[in-house]
Amino acid sequence: MPKISPSDITPEHAYLSRRSFMAGMGALLVSSVALSACGGQDPTPGPAPATMPPSPSANTDELGQRLTSYEAVSNYNNFYEFSLRKEDVARLARDFKTSPWTVEVAGLVHNPKTFGLEDLLAFTQEERVYRLRCVEAWSMVIPWLGFPLARLLKEVEPMTKARYVRFETLYDPEQMPGQKSPFYGWPYVEGLRLDEAMHELTILATGLYGSPLLPQNGAPVRLVVPWKYGFKSIKSIVRIELVEEMPVSLWMASAPREYGFFANVNPEVSHPRWSQATERLIGEGKRIRTTLFNGYGEQVAHLYEGMDLSQWY
Amino acid sequence: MVLISWLKRSWLQALAHATGLLPLAWLIWDHLHGAFIVDPVREITTRTGRTALVLLVLSLACTPIHTLLGLKSVLRVRRGLGLYAFLYVALHFLTFAGLDYRFQWDLLGPAIFDQLYVLPGFAAGLILLVLAITSARGWQKRLGRNWKRLHRLVYLAGILAIVHFLWLVKDTGEPLRYGAIVALLLILRVPRVREAVSNVRR
Ligand code: HEM
Repeated sequence: MPKISPSDITPEHAYLSRRSFMAGMGALLVSSVALSACGGQDPTPGPAPATMPPSPSANTDELGQRLTSYEAVSNYNNFYEFSLRKEDVARLARDFKTSPWTVEVAGLVHNPKTFGLEDLLAFTQEERVYRLRCVEAWSMVIPWLGFPLARLLKEVEPMTKARYVRFETLYDPEQMPGQKSPFYGWPYVEGLRLDEAMHELTILATGLYGSPLLPQNGAPVRLVVPWKYGFKSIKSIVRIELVEEMPVSLWMASAPREYGFFANVNPEVSHPRWSQATERLIGEGKRIRTTLFNGYGEQVAHLYEGMDLSQWY
Repeated sequence: MVLISWLKRSWLQALAHATGLLPLAWLIWDHLHGAFIVDPVREITTRTGRTALVLLVLSLACTPIHTLLGLKSVLRVRRGLGLYAFLYVALHFLTFAGLDYRFQWDLLGPAIFDQLYVLPGFAAGLILLVLAITSARGWQKRLGRNWKRLHRLVYLAGILAIVHFLWLVKDTGEPLRYGAIVALLLILRVPRVREAVSNVRR
């Protein structure tokens, strides 16, 4: 494979369906206000709400796989802070308070800064249709709305010493009953190497299907790293820290033999207890073969050149 | 009238049939009413697997209940509960092989033999298959004393099913609770424990 340096990757991948949301931004703000204003109502249920915006700009990903339905995306969630049962998360997360919300960006940066949600929405929002591959061997295709993490990181000016980025989810056991479980070392922590974090495909998502994120999907802001297993894409982020040492994620701490730092999608490297060779595409009722880096190898393989991927799982 | 007198005599058998059949009826009902919107394959797999485990544990509980409470009639439902457990294991496996893997043999082989968590389930399934076949009276006669020895394997099937459950989840609380029940039932069958317990009863 020819070596590609990050700068060779055109910032605008023609095949990524996306849409400039300059105009939509206002609407987005309005709709998020509207959502929080009708707190008593049920924002999650059944079929797409009547206000369901702006249909996504594409019906498939760049490989032609159809989008997973909005209903499935918002009713089948791994979010252990609320429940271990994927079908229960939407109900238990319904009243989760997502505003006011701030994300503190600190650590080895020249310009530490706390971003309010409105500051995050001020970054130009664009649509990215990504495959999401869960470590449990199922997958979805989701039209996210968000912006490259690199843009936020550039604003805080990482120091040259900074080598990793550490992310933290809100810790609030009153709102997130799952955090009362003593089995996990809350809060949820995830990490990326700085070059992974700066990669064009890595985004902070604030919405999906054209509307603001629902609590069960990690509202109000979450990470999306499409070539890694879903658990890397940490939800409801309150803190981003640039650090020198490789952060220890919640999953690395609780089962180090099963969950590593990199967690790149890889059909050749099995989970110790199950195979990653295939995945069930939710909604399509069919099983497909898993591909290396979840099909984003062309863009990201160079990040791992010379690394033994079965050792750095 | 006939039914009522049968129910009076055999209420426990009626209960066992209900326990064996209602989960299936419920599963079909839910499916027809569109309860499994997102991932029906997983829903059916986990429901049949769970039902199989519960029925297996119930059939394992029959003998200890007999020794503990002296309730002889439980012994008459033991085989039926075991056969129902096998029914759900068969459905569980067919869901896995047919609905999930669509009988794609090139995928199915590795799916069974390269996945640590499937292996104990598969072994338990094979044991239950052999036990279901040999549960018929004819086989009972033919195998004589060996029949009893063979059917002790049901405990191994129980343990393997627990290991299967344990290895497929991230949160081990529930399989460990089932494991504790199976361990207790196993301990109650150790001859010295059994004697001590039935002495207390007398
Ligand atoms: C015959 C071979 C077997 C195969 C191929 C098999 C396969 C599976 C699979 C694929 C799952 C679902 C994993 C997931 O997506 O969460 C599962 C779950 C399960 N199976 Fe099996 N299994 C087998 C035998 C058994 C047997 C014999 C039992 C018990 C008697 C059993 C009990 C369970 C239980 C309790 C679950 C978990 C349900 C839950 O998560 O709620 N399985 N099995």
